[in-house]
Amino acid sequence: MLAVISQWAIGLTDLVAAFLFLFGLKRMSSPATAASGIRVAGFGMVAAVLVSFLYAFTVDAAVRPRLVVNLALAIAALAIGGVGAWFVGRRVAMTAMPQMVAIYNGMGGGAAGGIAAVELFGNRSHGAPQLVVTLLGAAIGAVSMSGSVIAWAKLQGVLGKPLRFGGQRILNGLVFLAVVAVGAWIAVLGLVGMAPVLPTATWITIFFALALVFGILMTLPIGGADMPVVISIYNAFTGLAVGFEGFVLSNPALMIAGMVVGAAGLLLTLLMAKAMNRSVANVLFSNFGAAPARAKGKGVSGTERETQASDAGIQMHYATSVIIVPGYGLAAAQAQQKLYEFVKLLLAARVQVRFAIHPVAGRMPGQMDVLLAEAGVPYDLIFQLDDINSDFASTDVVLVIGANDVVNPAARTDKSSPIFGMPILDADKARQVFVIKRGQGKGYSGIVNALFYAPNCNMVFGDAQAVLVKMIEAVRGLGAAAA
Amino acid sequence: MNADIAITGLIALYIFMLAGFAGWVIIGNVPAILHTPLMSGSNFVHGIVVVGGLFSLINAVTQLEQAVGFLAVLLGAGNAAGGYAVTDRMLAMFKISGSANQHHSHAKVHHPKKKG
Repeated sequence: MLAVISQWAIGLTDLVAAFLFLFGLKRMSSPATAASGIRVAGFGMVAAVLVSFLYAFTVDAAVRPRLVVNLALAIAALAIGGVGAWFVGRRVAMTAMPQMVAIYNGMGGGAAGGIAAVELFGNRSHGAPQLVVTLLGAAIGAVSMSGSVIAWAKLQGVLGKPLRFGGQRILNGLVFLAVVAVGAWIAVLGLVGMAPVLPTATWITIFFALALVFGILMTLPIGGADMPVVISIYNAFTGLAVGFEGFVLSNPALMIAGMVVGAAGLLLTLLMAKAMNRSVANVLFSNFGAAPARAKGKGVSGTERETQASDAGIQMHYATSVIIVPGYGLAAAQAQQKLYEFVKLLLAARVQVRFAIHPVAGRMPGQMDVLLAEAGVPYDLIFQLDDINSDFASTDVVLVIGANDVVNPAARTDKSSPIFGMPILDADKARQVFVIKRGQGKGYSGIVNALFYAPNCNMVFGDAQAVLVKMIEAVRGLGAAAA
Repeated sequence: MNADIAITGLIALYIFMLAGFAGWVIIGNVPAILHTPLMSGSNFVHGIVVVGGLFSLINAVTQLEQAVGFLAVLLGAGNAAGGYAVTDRMLAMFKISGSANQHHSHAKVHHPKKKG
């Protein structure tokens, strides 16, 4: 009786949790309601976790002697994992968000793999669909876990350059085939019951080891600039793995949550790849970024003209409209606060100031928006590429800070450029462009930027923070002189 | 698992199909400005895997299963708690112009030094 009540209680609570997840994500469609969305979803999570302790009333007789220990372990694991991750998550810097998301993602993949491991080692999955889905979820979860750890290491700077060697693709392909083959063998063993060459447990261990290795191998050659795509993919992978294990456990909440996240990850992956003008396959399997840096691209002539920070600042002060194009270099120089301080001065002088964000302006989708929000920039000043691109032509001044490829007009005009066809911000169409740059030289991808040589563009060389301080001083000086 | 609430065969595929579709539509409506919190938020949502981990751990009958189950719950709990913490933090930062003195629902969030 108690068992039946417990199962219904769990089932109904999970249903509510699944609804709250969807509802919470739905509320994320506007910055005004998003904060309440995550709380709604969080409430669903807490309810689902608490009610799952009722599983204790549904266990088989074989579990009874271990039940107390199991429950104690469960509470300990929840406390350690939950509290630990909570405190790290509360403290982590916003610039470190991509690697943080990667690591949480890997944890989810690992958890899905763990569930699959218990099913497989305990020989609990019966019937072909269950077993195949368990194995599928196990492989995807394991790949997502080890791949996310590598992605974390790259973003954190623990791992330096992308690791590439001859025959890499062949090795990766062989390891992938080995994962499939061993998985198929385990399925055959489980379904047909043939005498295994090695104990089944050994095969399962080999299976997980191969999947983990594949995740590592797959992520090692991918360059740092491609990480937005990689994080999105692993997010989708973990979602899928969770959904599959939910099917194995007959838990619809896991199935729904996992599949929703899988779809979300896929959508973001495609969006990111599109913004980088590359296919997902190209990101995963090509050696972009290893291409030798060219000298000047076709049609680039002239020299970069330098100007003083104070002159640029004063010109913006007297402009009617200014668009700021921030790139990751702004965050690298930690100059967001100073930038907003400068923007506030411009706003006070009744200049129309807006921020134009390219989809890949950070190390993960939307990171630049978060960094600006952290500095206090109101979200109604922040515009995305599609919404603002047609306004550049009627804008007085564009200020480019720490961005390079995303404003390179070669993407529109130079068919020989590696970024040809990539959607860019049309900064070059403005009346005047100022580019704050640390020094002369090429950007992240080593492609020469035709914008820097354009007649309407002036360079302000220096550290972004130092330059902004000079601009602030110059504009403040104007105000003081007028008063 | 109780046969009444077990999910098998086509029903599972229907759930996957509908959930995938719902996810695609809901996420497709999220503006690009929120893509990072969206990603960490969906990250948090797949932290529900902790519930599956709890099921596995509570039903563990060998030490190996206990160990693996413990790991699954540990990782799942980290996924959920961490995902929530960072998402909540990020979303609290998004403010509209002039909102410093007219708070909406989350009034308790302290505002970063905003002078005049």
